[in-house]
Amino acid sequence: MGKKKQKISLKIDDVAIQVDAGTTIMDAAENLGIRIPRLCYHPDLSLAGSCRVCIVDVKGMGYYLAACSSQVWEGMEVQTNSPEIRQARRDIVELLCDNHNMDCQTCERDGHCELQNLAYSMGVRARHFAGKRKRLPLEMSSHSVVRDSEKCVLCGRCVRVCAEIQGVHNLSQHGRGFTTVVGPAHMANMDDSVCIQCGQCINVCPTAAFLEKRGSSAVWEAIANPEMHVVVQTAPSIRAAIGEGFGLPPGTPATGQMVTALRRLGFDRVFDTDFGADLTIIEEAHEFLTRLKEGPLPMITSCSPGWVSFMEKFYPELIPHASTCRSPMSMLSVLSKTYYAEKMGIDPKKIFMVAVMPCVAKKFEARRPEHYMADGTPYTDTVLTTRELIWMIKCYGINFTALPPGEFDAPLGLASGAGDIFGITGGVMEATLRAASELVTGKPADRLDFTEVRDVRGLRETYVAIGDRSIHVGVANGLTNAKLLLDRIKGGEEFHVIEVMACPGGCCGGGGQPYPPEGVKVLDVDWLFRRGKALYTIDSGKTLRKSYENPAIEEVYSSYLGGPGTEKAHELLHTHYQARQPRGVR
Amino acid sequence: MSTGTDNWGQVEAAAKFVLGEAVVALIEKCRREPHGESQLIAVLHKVQSQYGYLSETHLDAVAQLMQVPAATVSGVASFYHFFRLQPRGKFVINVCLGTACYVKGADRVAQKVIDELGITWGETSKDGVFTLEAARCLGTCGLAPVVMIGDEIHGDVTPDQVPALLGKYLKKAKQRS
Repeated sequence: MGKKKQKISLKIDDVAIQVDAGTTIMDAAENLGIRIPRLCYHPDLSLAGSCRVCIVDVKGMGYYLAACSSQVWEGMEVQTNSPEIRQARRDIVELLCDNHNMDCQTCERDGHCELQNLAYSMGVRARHFAGKRKRLPLEMSSHSVVRDSEKCVLCGRCVRVCAEIQGVHNLSQHGRGFTTVVGPAHMANMDDSVCIQCGQCINVCPTAAFLEKRGSSAVWEAIANPEMHVVVQTAPSIRAAIGEGFGLPPGTPATGQMVTALRRLGFDRVFDTDFGADLTIIEEAHEFLTRLKEGPLPMITSCSPGWVSFMEKFYPELIPHASTCRSPMSMLSVLSKTYYAEKMGIDPKKIFMVAVMPCVAKKFEARRPEHYMADGTPYTDTVLTTRELIWMIKCYGINFTALPPGEFDAPLGLASGAGDIFGITGGVMEATLRAASELVTGKPADRLDFTEVRDVRGLRETYVAIGDRSIHVGVANGLTNAKLLLDRIKGGEEFHVIEVMACPGGCCGGGGQPYPPEGVKVLDVDWLFRRGKALYTIDSGKTLRKSYENPAIEEVYSSYLGGPGTEKAHELLHTHYQARQPRGVR
Repeated sequence: MSTGTDNWGQVEAAAKFVLGEAVVALIEKCRREPHGESQLIAVLHKVQSQYGYLSETHLDAVAQLMQVPAATVSGVASFYHFFRLQPRGKFVINVCLGTACYVKGADRVAQKVIDELGITWGETSKDGVFTLEAARCLGTCGLAPVVMIGDEIHGDVTPDQVPALLGKYLKKAKQRS
């Protein structure tokens, strides 16, 4: 190492180029503005070279090479385009289509499907190879993730994202040849597997072999039912991403249009999950102060349901470290069916709570028995993903971008900027630091921005001075990164607070967020950061930036809960966790 | 870190109980070596030789003790033809599909076995008596078509004879148990 990289000279489509040794043909071609078509390739995942869509003709080889997994060599002559190579690629994609469920018009991914786009750009205009097609059942056991193996093209991106980015290793290819199927160990149901419901398999799937379980039907039904008081709440990161579904550039804050659209859809009240986030912050800051005195430390955040499942299946010994606070979604749902219901004199059974989340694991969280009232009424009735809400707005014929801005409803719609930044990795940490520093010192914080935790990349740590104490904080997103921090904690290293979000980039990169447009890679860091920046912009534009200065929160505490950390607050706003089977291998 | 939430002790003890001493010893030896996880196939062979097949419980136990993800273990086990994921029956039926037997109608004999038992290649009948396998020449082409049941060879088998033949072994199986 340390040696200067050797340069390699080669020709691509008759143009001479020099690149570093070790460069792949695909990357070398990219330097010349040639985008070689691809399917199984993803730059953040290991190489599979399995789909053969990116084949190129290398002089003297006698067979085609996969450009994604072949490195250049001195004097190489590559043809990326010739009638033969285009024909071969077209045949490969056509064969993939032939073993694929071709119900495009009824498919959730119609119009956003990489296989569709590929077939179009490769010029598949007719079908020549009609043959045997795999027939496999739809697997619906999970509350969050639906597996449709008939639509699987065996690219293996889900297998790799699950193992390499999330460290879960739930998926693998089973069997061989024509009967190969992707699924959990023993081809068990997703519900009986170590799946943590993060939904990153949905994000990276080029087709619809993985999808979120649909929640919209129940929502349409509730809205149409005059008996029901239908309440919706939207997570912080929805406002930063929803615009993409209507052609707005990534990172366009669309809070106002989103609220108006939700009203037009017929929701009776539009509340803000940010309010729940403000409440979470205050409860969590109090919990942290108690832990500073009594332990156990570090305290690990528990807003991300994918992370909570991961902890219960992979690191159950760390459960005592997880904050007992319910997530912002669940806190808001609880208050809607208790505080708000009492205030308005509505029977909680007549309230239908819809939560719009960037997350498919929230669908699972909502069905955990801890989040039901004693009489069996769920606090959260249905969870929709950002994608599902975008579809509902389109279905309703609402011209989103032309909508006048609306405001969230009182009393659970007022939120501080600290609530907004919950939607991006590092945001929960920053919001907690804002609150904790004042609680510890009793003096107004000398700063509100903790830019040292603002980064979309996977792993950060820093020391923050709170009063006369130095607080060691760690932030991780993507569970492979989280594992690194968790193992250090287990090794005895001293941390005070750890924020873990299961998805890359935090909620902005959640498993329920809009698919990127054609040509943009899934989980692109810059793309995710642009969504995050929208939240920072919203935060800095607010005059109310600290959770405990939120008057609506003060009102809830003084008139209903009796103050932070009280018995009532504990009963309503906190939860518990348990070790689960099957236990994952870390 | 004793907290009362950790179920590892339970998981490990259950895995050791399922696999038995010999397999556990092999796994522990592998784990002491660098890249011990690359010995997965060797460990699976050991389990199969000990128990006749690889059950889900066996595979999960191997995954935990080797700390190789269960999906990887079951993916490997399902890929290789040699590994059996179902218990073997008391009698393995080997229908020879070699050239001579095939020409003499082994496919019809095989179909009759499949129809009678309601299982296909590699499967075991529900009562646990028969496992159906295909053989590629048993070296007794003079007797074609040949069916081997257990360690007994049956020559010149016709589809009509299949029910009685199976009945004979069914009776044997019942006597044995």
